Amino acid sequence: MEKDPYNVVVTGVGGQGNVLASQLIGAILVDKGLKVTIGETYGASQRGGSVMSHVRISEKRQYGPLIPPRCADLVLALEPSEAARVLGEFGNPATISVVNTRPVYPVDVISGDLTYPDIDRLFEKIKSLSAKTYFLPATDRALELGSPILANIILMGAAAGAGLLPITEDDLAKAITERVSAAKVDINRTAFRVGADLVNDVPAG
Amino acid sequence: MSLISLDAPGREILLMGNEAIARGALEAGISVAAAYPGNPSSEIIGSLAEVAKEMGLYVEWSVNEKVALEVAAAAATSGLNALVAMKQNGLNVASDFLLNLNMTGIRGGLVIVVCDDPAGISSTNEEDSRVFARLADLPLLEPSTFGEAKEMVRFAFEVSRAIENVCIVRSVTRISHARGNVILGPLPSTRLVPYFDTTRSFSALPPSITHPVAHRRLKQAADMLAESRFNGYSGPETPELLVIASGAGVLFSGEVIDTLGLEARVGLLKIGTTWPLPEKLILERLRTAEKVLFAEEVDPVLETNVKALFADNNQRLPRITFLGKKSGTIPDLGELSPGLMTRVIADLTGTAIPDIDADYAESARDALENFTPFRSLAFCPGCPHRASFWAIKKALALDGRNGVLFGDIGCYGLGFLPTGFRQPKTLHAMGSGAGMASGFGKLHDLGATQPALTVCGDSTFYHAAIPALINGLHHRSNFLMILLDNSATAMTGFQPHPGSPVDAMGDPAPPVLLEDLCAAMGIKTLIRDPFDLDDAAMTIFELIQETGTKVLILRQECALVRAKKTPRRYRVHVDPAKCIGEECGCNRFCTRVFRCPGLNWDVSAGKSVIDEAICAGCGVCADLCPRGAIVKESA
Repeated sequence: MEKDPYNVVVTGVGGQGNVLASQLIGAILVDKGLKVTIGETYGASQRGGSVMSHVRISEKRQYGPLIPPRCADLVLALEPSEAARVLGEFGNPATISVVNTRPVYPVDVISGDLTYPDIDRLFEKIKSLSAKTYFLPATDRALELGSPILANIILMGAAAGAGLLPITEDDLAKAITERVSAAKVDINRTAFRVGADLVNDVPAG
Repeated sequence: MSLISLDAPGREILLMGNEAIARGALEAGISVAAAYPGNPSSEIIGSLAEVAKEMGLYVEWSVNEKVALEVAAAAATSGLNALVAMKQNGLNVASDFLLNLNMTGIRGGLVIVVCDDPAGISSTNEEDSRVFARLADLPLLEPSTFGEAKEMVRFAFEVSRAIENVCIVRSVTRISHARGNVILGPLPSTRLVPYFDTTRSFSALPPSITHPVAHRRLKQAADMLAESRFNGYSGPETPELLVIASGAGVLFSGEVIDTLGLEARVGLLKIGTTWPLPEKLILERLRTAEKVLFAEEVDPVLETNVKALFADNNQRLPRITFLGKKSGTIPDLGELSPGLMTRVIADLTGTAIPDIDADYAESARDALENFTPFRSLAFCPGCPHRASFWAIKKALALDGRNGVLFGDIGCYGLGFLPTGFRQPKTLHAMGSGAGMASGFGKLHDLGATQPALTVCGDSTFYHAAIPALINGLHHRSNFLMILLDNSATAMTGFQPHPGSPVDAMGDPAPPVLLEDLCAAMGIKTLIRDPFDLDDAAMTIFELIQETGTKVLILRQECALVRAKKTPRRYRVHVDPAKCIGEECGCNRFCTRVFRCPGLNWDVSAGKSVIDEAICAGCGVCADLCPRGAIVKESA
């Protein structure tokens, strides 16, 4: 990794699979000989809250489980307003963002007590806080593959395809076999490729 | 799939802190592990249960933490190594037994891992369990990394066997629920055979004899702990600031010292053996200290104990300024963080924190203020609790006497929030809703007119609510206990409980059914489906018109458990021709009131829509829509 530690935030809403995504990234990189620390915030994560995983990658040492403010190098966001939330606290002018474009509305937005930001202005805000941004319709493509939960792997594939994470489809297949289920390898391989292809199709902003 | 049983000594893999703890127990040769689930501790026993058969262990999800400790103590008085895991609240439950077990000791190895939850990320409180070590005269270790968590648990078993008493390991959320590199050690090839030596007895009586034994054992532990590799100092010989840290505070402080370039000015004394303290090492460092900062979560435990050590030795030590929770330098609640430790250490050393471009900082502030709608916790899409609380709300409104719903611990604790329509009015400990309802139901004798109700989950019922129900019944208290039976310990990861047809190791187990237990007590017990909203609400209404203790089981499987096993029940959509939005007069019932995340409000069309990526297909909203605009079709 060019930067050490390389700090990745995987963010989203409870139930979107960000904890698994960060675990797979970590498992793959530890197998490659790196020191990885992942801090996760969950407990009530299935229940609508913001969920964020901090993945800290180093060749030298085991870093603490939380990224200091303004020190994220890469943000993988399964939900756009969560990207803004993470960039607001952990972003810096060199941060690169890979963002799923589909909003998950908070219950207070659904009820009308709060409003969700205008989507175009939200995308502009994310771009303005990132050195480079990739917006991807990951959930829409995941639904085409049969399950919205695959958006997390699509995002991983996109980050790998853009050269932001040193992981390959075969690495993912091995980690899925070892840590999830051999039966899930094919669909996750497909999702990873969809992400890698998508990132090459969309212009980075 | 758990990797904790991987027989590959020397291999370095990514493990969760809780898995590293479980691996340490395997490397120590445990035979028995028991727990009641509670975050952030649940994965310890969860991962051991997965490998129990392969590794020849007995692992169980016990009915509560006290029984878990008793089960483990049976193994440890029979010569085996046994592990018990719990969250901080769990240690309270287990403490009655613990504070007698410490007096008798054991004959094998018994390690309690207690996972504290600073800031209460998944808890109702953030109590600091370390005070129990002092209370119980037992040794306590605190890991600061994942690899160390594994090593410490292995060492804790050595200590426990050597002193013939319990050893405690205290983890925190940022260790237990974090992941990192762990180097696997060898797994033992031989197993101990349990044998209870009946020539020996284990009685806490009389304390005049057993208490001195406990003290002697603690002294023996102190020597082992002081010589362990879990304490250490790094930094200059005469630091201008000495940071004394434990747990997550070690990593945060070490990183800040590096980042701010203070290696030559600030020293870090890492304490892994929190009780008893490694006195010699600490006194050596205090001899050259001027200013000491404590970095620990949550209470000033290290701080208080180090200050006491200083007081005992003050004639041989310099004047020292102690900074920490007492001085207000570090908040006396919540978690530590890199940001907090950066501010504190930079301030104490007069170091500038590298600043960011002002325009960027301003834009980031704007992002947080204007682009990040708050996500309050809500029941999951298709969650039966949403329906149950709606039925309760409706019944109480119909009743009109301002009934009081006493709450309890579990997912349904979120009933306080809008998706539970703010129905529960109390929330304390496991089973305490039932106890308070039992008490309030007797106030009718003193003139109270409000009906008393309590909600309790299935797992919580077995854990701690049964004695309260018996209490209410025996004393002819007037209350309705509503058992929200979702067939799982859902909040902590769907572990089985005594009502389940399987046990932790996946073997068939005779379910102890809620209705059978209640019927055996002679309590009027009804069973209803919360998704049949009108029926559930009318049943609650009718039951609270009656006197005496009553039970209503609202039975519907947890939506997340169901989704793993079976496809969606219904395909649901909104017929835009029928939904007339704000014109309806229903106050946007489906989105504004019922608030299921599977529904959404299409602002431009002014109508409800279903979000197909989120909807669980329970179909309840279709029954609630007054216009019949929400359509459910069998999937």
